[in-house]
Amino acid sequence: MEFGPIWRTMMRSKGGYILIALQIAVTMAIMVNAIAIMQERGSKMARPSGLDEANTFAFVSVGFAPDMNNKALINEDLDTLRNLPGVKHVTASNSFPLRQGGWSEGLHREPGVGKSVSSSAIYFVDEHGLDSFGLELIDGENFAPEQVGWNSDTDDPWPATVIVSQALGEHLFPDHDGSYVGKTFYFNDDNPAKIVGVVKTLQSPWQGWAGVERAMLVPQRRDSEFVRYIVRTEPGYRDELMVQAEELLASSNKDRIIRNMVTMDEVRKLAYLGDAAMIKILTFVVALLTAITGLGLVGLASFNVARRTRQIGIRRALGATKTAIVRYFMLENFVISSIGIAAGGILAVGLNIFMVQAFSLTPLAWYVIPIAMVALWIVGQLAVAGPARKASNISPAIATRSV
Amino acid sequence: MFRYYLKLGTLSIRANPALSFLMVAAIAIGIGACMTIMTVKHVMSGNPIEHKNDQLYHVQVDSWNPDDPYEDPDLPPEQLTYLDAKALFDASRAFRQTTSYKISRVVQPEDDDARPFQTDGRATTADFFPMFDVPFLYGSGWDNAADATEERVVVLSRDLNEKVFGGENSVGRILTINGESFRVSGVLDDWTPVPKFFDLNNNPYEEPESLYLPFSLAVAGRFDRGGNTSCWKPLEGDGFEAFLASECIWVQMWVELQGESAKADYMQFLDAYVEEQKLLGRFPRPLNNRLYNPAEWMEYQEVVDDDVDVLLGLAVLFLVVCLLNTIGLLLAKSMRRAKDTSLRRALGASKLELFKQHIFEAGIIGVAGGLLGIAMTWLGLRGIENLYVEYDFIQHLVRMDWSMISLAVVLAVASALGAALYPTWRTCNITPATHLRLQ
Repeated sequence: MEFGPIWRTMMRSKGGYILIALQIAVTMAIMVNAIAIMQERGSKMARPSGLDEANTFAFVSVGFAPDMNNKALINEDLDTLRNLPGVKHVTASNSFPLRQGGWSEGLHREPGVGKSVSSSAIYFVDEHGLDSFGLELIDGENFAPEQVGWNSDTDDPWPATVIVSQALGEHLFPDHDGSYVGKTFYFNDDNPAKIVGVVKTLQSPWQGWAGVERAMLVPQRRDSEFVRYIVRTEPGYRDELMVQAEELLASSNKDRIIRNMVTMDEVRKLAYLGDAAMIKILTFVVALLTAITGLGLVGLASFNVARRTRQIGIRRALGATKTAIVRYFMLENFVISSIGIAAGGILAVGLNIFMVQAFSLTPLAWYVIPIAMVALWIVGQLAVAGPARKASNISPAIATRSV
Repeated sequence: MFRYYLKLGTLSIRANPALSFLMVAAIAIGIGACMTIMTVKHVMSGNPIEHKNDQLYHVQVDSWNPDDPYEDPDLPPEQLTYLDAKALFDASRAFRQTTSYKISRVVQPEDDDARPFQTDGRATTADFFPMFDVPFLYGSGWDNAADATEERVVVLSRDLNEKVFGGENSVGRILTINGESFRVSGVLDDWTPVPKFFDLNNNPYEEPESLYLPFSLAVAGRFDRGGNTSCWKPLEGDGFEAFLASECIWVQMWVELQGESAKADYMQFLDAYVEEQKLLGRFPRPLNNRLYNPAEWMEYQEVVDDDVDVLLGLAVLFLVVCLLNTIGLLLAKSMRRAKDTSLRRALGASKLELFKQHIFEAGIIGVAGGLLGIAMTWLGLRGIENLYVEYDFIQHLVRMDWSMISLAVVLAVASALGAALYPTWRTCNITPATHLRLQ
């Protein structure tokens, strides 16, 4: 093999080769970390909210006349909506997952104000809440209609029973094996709440919160002029029902407006807008970076071929085959790429450690590094293939000519 | 000499069009990536009230849970309870003071065809407008007396005035809001401070509210709170009175203080107030009051998303790759021209002359890269705008200003000259004899 001559040639003009290796190393550091961030965002976006998102929409009714009878209007609205063909379940709630706004509350294992042991998102719903959200009940049971009460903005809203997400149960009672049904915790001061049901997944409204998986259903309707309805439809009915619901409710009472009509798909898109944009930006960056480094390598290889025209001619004249010439340039690229990639691996890990500390990102998965290595090797070999072929076509006669 | 080098540079660049283009494009893309993110960061971390940064202070007192700080490590709450906001406002110990909170209202236009619509508003006090230099198109804010008497006055944003009154001077006209009549006292001119420094609680990058009315009136009328409310202690009793008397925080307060001594005096006043409240059994935590100016407050609230810094870091590294690429190519090019250079040296060109000539060439590439880089930045910003198209406010965050444009050119030329240094130095140190021997 020509490894020896290649290495000695490289040692003779180190500057240029160090530059290439450095460029490959920094490219690799960026690539690895960009992929790590993309992976992190991708897995965040893939988390289920617990809802039947494809068939669910939500909207708000805001009353604006003084002294409205909120309770009567809410009951009337729920009846109207539940009687629409294609509607499966409807509930009034204060919020829903991924909405970015809602109610959270500190929870205690013992009565008293003190330091809370956990916190959870609160959804005030009626007995239809479980099915309207489309949650999977894995333990216990749903609320009975008589458990659902009314509260207002300034009342104490805490009921005797709640349904919690599995993650909330685990966070509240980390040492408890078996069913969380029947366990009791406290809202601030001394309001006990007994768990009657556990759902597999129910996210909080804040997708960026560390406790995003902790949420509970509380059997209360809110006596407020501001009501949010969550409607779950039969498959395929969602879009037409959104139009119908808006028209029906807007015309049934002129002292309120219907607004914020959204599908859960739109809500998800908005909630993860930043993450989706980050993934797109980084994909673009990695593609552009690879292209620039690749083109740079092509340019350098072309230069080297041109500079060594005579030398190649001599080698050919002395009996080197075309393949040998191609192999020389490919091997040279492989050696320099390998040095760059090795340095890049160290740089990538260093950069990742820094970013994890500075921006609390998730550390990168080990297998990203070999993937990036192979990718960069391939880019390097592809970049040099063209100039190498051109080099192999140099006529041996060149050697006889004095330039 | 200048024109001669310019000509030589142009010739050399034209001799390798593909390669020269690659160098220009690499610099342009690197600069474009860097400047796109830097522009976004520049806008997001701006201070729209810089000229009053040493006069305005956000008020924080630690009224929180004795067992659990509002935020680790021992940070006071970001808003005030109604009790404290009212007491501090009524004490009127600052040059100007304002308490405010975000509200949600339904506007009912007079026109029978127009449907009522919901809009964000701000319940605030008379001093809000002069404190924050809010520009008026027509009329003005209300006076302190209107705060005291809970007068039904309203200030509209320019957009809302456009929507309800067709943009005419509506001062003195009546607007129905949630079934009640308000007199318009003023209409704002365009006003979009980025970030929305006076209330960073929900989204620091959103339009300011479209209507403003007296704080006292909003509280008395129990207007819906549109911002954040946080509580640590259960309400004592039921109803709205209990809520107002509670330890729930939901009011933002700013004071205007002229001079360092005024600030020290106000701090003393705050401490004295808290000590007094402690005697009444409130404020169970240690004394922890804070007065932050707008710049400090935005820093404290970490308004710039971490993602921007992550992207900025990657963009800088990206520029490094682009520059390494350019250095490599320039070096290869100069090595290839070694014979040419040697000949010039042999014929009497000094090292300095050679240096000037090559730096000139790099300069041309740098300027071209910088100009193209500005175009790339513009494209990059349009790309970002496109990715965030569902976010209404994005148009305010992707604006390029002259300072950013000049920074792009400076960065590009500096990068290109920096990149040219090593290859040029190598060129200048060529020993002519080695290269001329073969000929």
